[in-house]
Amino acid sequence: MFQNMTKCYHCSDNCSTTAIVFDEKNFCCNGCKTVYEIFQTNDLTYFYDLQSGAGTSPKVIEGKYDFLNSDKITRRLIEFDDGTIQIVNLFIPGIHCSSCIWVLENLKKLHPGVTNSQVDFPKKMIRVTFKREEVSLKDLVILLARIGYEPYISLDDYDKGQSTTDRSILYKLGVAGFAFGNIMFLSFPEYFEAGEFWLDQYKGLFRWLMFVFSLPVVFYAGSDYFISAYKGLRSKLLNINVPIALGILVLFLRSSFEIAFNLGSGFFDSLTGLIFFLLVGRFFQQKTYSFLSFERDYKSYFPIAVTRLNEEKKEETVQVYDIKRGDRLLIRNKELIPVDGILISNKAQIDYSFVTGESEPVKKNSGDKVFAGGRQSYGAIEIETLKSVSQSYLTQLWSNSVFEKDKATIFQTLTDSIGKRFTIAVLTIAIIAASFWMFHDSSKALNVFTAVLIIACPCAIALAAPFTLGNMLRIFGRNKFYLKDSGVIEQLALIDTAIFDKTGTITTTQSKAITYEGMELTAEEESLLKNTLRASNHPLSRSLYELLKEHNIETLDDYTEYTGKGVHGVKDKSDIKVGSADFVGHQQQSDYKSTAVHVSTNDLYKGCFVFHNNYREGVSEVFENMGRYLDLAVISGDNEGEKGRLEKLLPKLTPLFFNQKPTDKLEFIKELQANDKKVLMVGDGLNDAGALAQSNVGLAISENINVFSPACDGILDATKFRYLNKYILASKKAVKIIKLCFVLSLMYNVVGLYFAVTGQLEPVIAAILMPLSSISIVAFATLATNMIGKKLN
Amino acid sequence: MSVIYLLLTISIVVALVFFAAFIISVRSGQYDDSYTPSVRMLFEDELIKTKAAKSDPKIKKSIQLNKKQNL
Repeated sequence: MFQNMTKCYHCSDNCSTTAIVFDEKNFCCNGCKTVYEIFQTNDLTYFYDLQSGAGTSPKVIEGKYDFLNSDKITRRLIEFDDGTIQIVNLFIPGIHCSSCIWVLENLKKLHPGVTNSQVDFPKKMIRVTFKREEVSLKDLVILLARIGYEPYISLDDYDKGQSTTDRSILYKLGVAGFAFGNIMFLSFPEYFEAGEFWLDQYKGLFRWLMFVFSLPVVFYAGSDYFISAYKGLRSKLLNINVPIALGILVLFLRSSFEIAFNLGSGFFDSLTGLIFFLLVGRFFQQKTYSFLSFERDYKSYFPIAVTRLNEEKKEETVQVYDIKRGDRLLIRNKELIPVDGILISNKAQIDYSFVTGESEPVKKNSGDKVFAGGRQSYGAIEIETLKSVSQSYLTQLWSNSVFEKDKATIFQTLTDSIGKRFTIAVLTIAIIAASFWMFHDSSKALNVFTAVLIIACPCAIALAAPFTLGNMLRIFGRNKFYLKDSGVIEQLALIDTAIFDKTGTITTTQSKAITYEGMELTAEEESLLKNTLRASNHPLSRSLYELLKEHNIETLDDYTEYTGKGVHGVKDKSDIKVGSADFVGHQQQSDYKSTAVHVSTNDLYKGCFVFHNNYREGVSEVFENMGRYLDLAVISGDNEGEKGRLEKLLPKLTPLFFNQKPTDKLEFIKELQANDKKVLMVGDGLNDAGALAQSNVGLAISENINVFSPACDGILDATKFRYLNKYILASKKAVKIIKLCFVLSLMYNVVGLYFAVTGQLEPVIAAILMPLSSISIVAFATLATNMIGKKLN
Repeated sequence: MSVIYLLLTISIVVALVFFAAFIISVRSGQYDDSYTPSVRMLFEDELIKTKAAKSDPKIKKSIQLNKKQNL
C-alpha cells in the first residue's frame, strides 16, 4: 500500500490515513505534530537524531487529571515538600529508549518551574523536582502527557506511600568481601608455614586481627543464615541453612578456640570466604525485572479518584474509597468504572478487556448493571453506584485468602529437601568418627567432630541452585519470559497439569479473523465501503479496513459517523451504511454469538462481516507437545460460541469449560491441587488473578509487557507463546543440572571428609577445597545453563 | 621491627577508606539504577537551535552539534 510507506516522523507508526505534513515531515496525527512542535520550539529536536521515530503519540483527555487539584490526594503522591520545592516520583510506562531518557531529563527546558528531572530507566520512573509556586503537580502531569509520556497514576500509588529500597544484601556483600580479602592477606604467612623469625614473632597479632575482621562477617553478613536456620528448626524443618549455620558456627568457635589457646591459625579465611561466596550466590539469584510488577492487584488498574455529581448536579472529585452506595458518578470517555453500578445514561459501550481480556466493547442500555473494571469507550456516562469499591464483583476476588499467602514459603525447594538428608548424614558421620577416635586417641575426638562439620558445610550445594536458576532466569528474560524469582523455575519443572484461559491467552486481541457472509459485494460497492471505513476510527472499522483489498482513494460526497451505531457514506448517488444490525435496517436477529459488522447499500441489506477470535500462532502445536506429558484443559469466562473451532484446533478430548466466573476458575485449580496435581495456570486478565494466585505456577500472557498484567509468577511475551513448551522443558533441564551439581559437590565432600575423619584437616586444605568446590560448581552450572540457553534461541 | 605495626595500620586504614567509600556509594543509591547513568553520560548539551534562534548571536555561541558529530 503506497500510503503506508510514509511513517510518522514522531512515533514511526504508519500514516494509514492522510498524513499531516508539517515542516517537511510526515505525522500520523495532530498529537504527534504537536509534540514535534513543542520539541522544536524548545530546541529539543535532538530527540529525533538520537533515535528516529521514538515518540509516542499523546493521548490527552480533558479533565482526566482533575483529581490532582485535591490537596488530600497530591499529598499522598508527593515524596518531598518543603513549601516551595516539591519532589515527585512518577511511573511512565512509555519510557523505552535513550531518546526518552534524554527528553525527560531535559524537562526543565520545557517548563521553567521544573528544576531537575531524573529518569530511572529499568524502573521506568521519573523523579521530578519542581517549584510549587510555578508549576502544580497537575500541570506537570499534563505537560508529560502532552509530550507523549503519560504518567500512570493508580490507586496503588495512593495506598503505597513511600517505599524504601532494601540494600542490605549489598552492604553484607561489601562487609564479607572486605573482611575476606583482608583475612586472606593476613593468613598468607601461615599457608607457607615459613619458620621465619619475624613472622613467628607477629603470629599472634595477625591471628587476632583475623578474629576481629571475622566478627562482622559472622554476626552481620551471615546473620540471615542463622535466622533462617532458627526459623526452620522452629517449624521442624531441616532446610539447607541448618548445616550452613552449623558449619559457620563451628568454624567460628573452633577458630577462636584455636587462636585463644595458641593451637593453630584457625579457619577464618575459609569462614569469611564461605559467607562471601554464599552471598554472591544470593546476589546473583536476585535478578529482578524492576519494570515489571508481579504483585499487581486491582489497585494498580483503578483510578485514584473519579468525578461525582452532587445533589446540585455539580461535578466534584471524590477519592474512590469514599464512594458510597447511591452516589452518582460521571465516567468520562476512556475512564475506568471503579465500582459496580447501574447505568443512568442512555447507552454505553464498555470495554472489559482489563477484566476478561476480551477487547470488543459490550453495549449497555440505561438500567443495565455495569461492573467495576470496565472502561467506557464512547463519550461520557453517568452511573449510580450499587456497592463500594472493595465489595464490587471483581474486587471481591481479592478478599480470598489465596492473596494473603506467600507462595515461596509453601513450596519446599530442591535444595532444602537435600538439606534435610544432608544434615542427618553429616551429623551421623561426625558422631561415628568422633566416637571412633574416642577409643583410639581421645584428644583428637573433638578435633575430628568439628572438622567433619566444617568440611561438610554445604557451600557448593547451596551455590548450585542460585547460580543455575539465576542464570536460567536471565536466559529466560532474554527470551522474553520474565519470572518473578528463581524458585518459579523449580516449580515449573514439577508441574503435571496445565490450565489455559481462552480469551486473550490462546487467542490474540490484536488481529481478528474476519469472514463475510451474505450477498457478494460488487467492486464499486467494495471501493465505497473501503473509502467509508477510511475515515472511521472505530477499532472494528480499522481492522475491516486493513482486510479489504486496495482501492483508490476517493473523496466521499457525504460522510457521517453515528457514535455507537455505525457509519454512513455517500458517493455518486450510491450510499452505504456500515454498522450494527439495527443501524443498517437488518431486522432478523442472527444467532451468532460473535461480533459482526453489517453492511447495506442503498437501503438494501447485503450481509455481514463476522469477527472470529484469532488463535495465537502455534496454539495446536503447543497443546500437542505439552499434551504428551501434561494434563491440559481450557477454562474460559466466555460463552460457548467458539467451542466448535476450539475442538478442531486442540488435541482430541481436551476438556473445555465455558462460562466460568473468576472464583470458579480459582476453585477449579484448588480442586485439582486437592488431588495432588501440580498446576500451571496460563491466563491474562484480572479475572484469572485468583486462579493465577492459587496455582503452583501462574503465568500471565501479555501482548505488551509494559502494560499491566495481573499478579503472577511469570509474564510471557505473547509473541513467544509457541515456545512455552520449550521453556517448560528447559526448566526441567535446569533442575537436572542442579542435581548434577549436587553429585559433583558431594564428591568434593567425600574427599574433604577423608581428611576430616582421619584427623588431618589443616586450615590450608579447607582453604583450598572450599573455594575450589564452589568455583567449579559455579562454572559448571553457568556453562550448562548457557548450553540450554543456546538451544532456546 | 615495630615498623610492621605502622604498615599494618596503614594497610587497614587504606582498606577501611575504600570500604567506607563503598558503603557511602551504596547508601547514596548509586547501585539502585545501574543502567540509566550509562546512557546519561553520553548526552551533552545537544540543544539544536531553530532558524529563529540562530540569528541570536548570544545563543549561537552555545554548543551546536550536527548529526555527524553525534553518536
